[in-house]
Amino acid sequence: MKFTVERALLLKALAHVQSVVERRNTIPILANVLLAAQEGSLKLTATDMEIAVVEDLAGVQVARPGRTTAPAATLYEIVRKLPDGAKVELDHAGGDAPLRLRAGRFNTDLAVLPVEDFPSMTEGKLPHGFALPAGQLRELIDRTRFAISTEETRYYLNGIFLHATESEGARVLRAVATDGHRLARVEEPLPEGAAGMPGVIIPRKTVNEVRKLAEETQDEIAVKLSDTKIRFDIGTVQLTSKLIDGTFPEYDRVIPRGNDKVLKVLKKEFAEAVGRVAAISSERSRPVKLSIDRNHLLLSASSAEQGQAQEELDSDVVKYESSPLEIGFQARYLNDITDQIAEQVEFRFADGSAPTVVTDAAKPEALYVLMPMRV
Amino acid sequence: MPALMPALCRDCCQEAPADRPTCPACGSRRLVRHAELFTLTVAHIDCDAFYASIEKRDRPELLARPVIVGGGKRGVVSAACYLARTTGVRSAMPMFKALRLCPDAVVIKPQMAKYVAAARQIRELMEALTPLVQPLSIDEAVLDLRGTEALHRAPPALTLARFALDVERQVGVTISLGLAPNRLLAKLTAERDKPRGFAVLGASEAAAWLAPQPVSLLPGVGPALQKRLEAAGFTRLGQLAALDAREALRRFGEDGPSLAARARGEDSRPVDPSREVKSISAETTFETDLATLATLEAPLWRLCEKLGRRLRDKSLAAAGVVLKLKTADFRQRTRNMRLPVPSLVPETLFAAARSLLAKEVDGTAFRLIGIGAQPLAPAAAADQGDLVDPDAPRRRARWQAMETLRARFGEGAVALGRGLRPR
Repeated sequence: MKFTVERALLLKALAHVQSVVERRNTIPILANVLLAAQEGSLKLTATDMEIAVVEDLAGVQVARPGRTTAPAATLYEIVRKLPDGAKVELDHAGGDAPLRLRAGRFNTDLAVLPVEDFPSMTEGKLPHGFALPAGQLRELIDRTRFAISTEETRYYLNGIFLHATESEGARVLRAVATDGHRLARVEEPLPEGAAGMPGVIIPRKTVNEVRKLAEETQDEIAVKLSDTKIRFDIGTVQLTSKLIDGTFPEYDRVIPRGNDKVLKVLKKEFAEAVGRVAAISSERSRPVKLSIDRNHLLLSASSAEQGQAQEELDSDVVKYESSPLEIGFQARYLNDITDQIAEQVEFRFADGSAPTVVTDAAKPEALYVLMPMRV
Repeated sequence: MPALMPALCRDCCQEAPADRPTCPACGSRRLVRHAELFTLTVAHIDCDAFYASIEKRDRPELLARPVIVGGGKRGVVSAACYLARTTGVRSAMPMFKALRLCPDAVVIKPQMAKYVAAARQIRELMEALTPLVQPLSIDEAVLDLRGTEALHRAPPALTLARFALDVERQVGVTISLGLAPNRLLAKLTAERDKPRGFAVLGASEAAAWLAPQPVSLLPGVGPALQKRLEAAGFTRLGQLAALDAREALRRFGEDGPSLAARARGEDSRPVDPSREVKSISAETTFETDLATLATLEAPLWRLCEKLGRRLRDKSLAAAGVVLKLKTADFRQRTRNMRLPVPSLVPETLFAAARSLLAKEVDGTAFRLIGIGAQPLAPAAAADQGDLVDPDAPRRRARWQAMETLRARFGEGAVALGRGLRPR
């Protein structure tokens, strides 16, 4: 195998595939990227056995077609450090011979592993498919992924639950994530072809990789899936992932319907006040107490060692008409949610100990549920 | 030897002159002499062959016979009297092995209620000595008698000697005790003189006594660590004691320095009455080996019910569960998992334990199953429910209601279907 390619092109392709490679790997071949050169194109593949990322790179001058595998992280580091505009030549004589990389007066020999050892992920049949504008996919991910659980016991919470359903008469594609303390539920209009899809749980790592790839494009992203696998076609990159084999809990019944105490508060002022007040707390959970009265909100936090802090928000940023209420939340949980809200945060409380509903007053398609904590 | 070495008589509980072989007051030969006798305050107390001693107390005709307390033919030895121990029988030994060693032993099924009552009696006697009583198991505790001299008008050693006699008279069992400068040394010292022992180890002699002992003597040095230490050339505690903290860290990782400190007999743990238990568990040995999930689930469920009650009685909950299995060839497997929310409800404990069990069922035959709660959490923080499991408080309430019914109308009054045994 021998080919020459523009440094910038190769770097971008390597960046796409190498982040799926696990840093701490017990299986050596999984640290490698598979390079396959044929007529005018180069195909790069990396996998951790759960996710496989394939990039098809055009604009490659292939002198001699062939395939080999080389350490992904090292190759990426080297190419990253080559000067901009450099032409990179990769040359592999075959067999155990090293992969020689030349760029200008720089050259290096990289140890290779046999192509036969590189695991291939069979995706099987993916009977369901739809296309989603990149922006919509980003919204679905951004507004839910902070709530993904890292707890191993309830492994079925370690991802985003994506499914087709109905919401107030409209057919929607809905993403849900929860760690038991908070729940995020976001929906987009149901794209064509998604109606019959099964509900699937997309693992956290896949979510993060897809989000990175979706950053670079404004095009539509093609999604194909079965009960066990999902594939995203994002530009020249194809990411296939296993799904979490489990049952996502019936989240619908924990979303309170009758919460009637409504607090509206401007996001910027509220989020900043939460951050300032919570800074005093030495506990890991950083609890913040909200004492709410007519058009008045007092945020407070205290710590046994460091004292206490409070901040008042008045009617210029707060709207509240119901009976007075005290309730506590983890500061980070509040900020994770307000980070997704543009201008005005709407809280709907039942009382000081029941789950609370939070929405973006301007965007009802995203809904959050937050468990209070004792303060 | 200094002329005025302190001494006391264990039978009349008085100070005795150090230079006589017998007590001038009562003629007893049970004298204890030690340079630090009247300054040491930490005592480790261990009942001698506790269950077996209680059985002998209640059935004096067994006094001269080897007695083993343990469950069934396939169970293990819970306690063996000292007569039975002369044949090599030890606690935790499988019963068939014990009976091979000591065929004429009288085997008695454990009657826990009796032992618990006796243990409670002993605990009360201990608590009359000092508030600093930390029970370590049903028949073992560590006491600190610092500052009790004025109260008892006697140094701790004398108070303890009286206590030992009180236990013999009032409860009818004997104890062994170790008096030393700290908890670690007290525990090791108690082992030195059994049964009915009274051993003393002073601060000035601890290092010299420890140095030639095998590393396995230290609590916490199990077979695996012992192997590792020996592979590194450390067979005696003296070798470990010689390591400075840096070197110990380099060789044995972050636990190294404390290991070396303990090898020198250092222990800064206070006697803490509130640190009663670190884990609570229940286990059972089967009549015949079990290998399938379905057959193992039944005993597991009963253990979860038992564990739930034990937790409730102590106002504790499980923040995690530990599953213990012993294979037919006596290999032990333990598996643990954190619970998302602490719980003491049998159903919740069972669901977690079952998921651990399911991974272990691979055709292997097991002879024992156990479940433990570890780490522990306060019961008040348990079963609060969250967005994923909002029904937890209702499960807790339901179980409590069932327990109330059982307390009033008997065990069989109400049960979950899972708990019903096939007739």
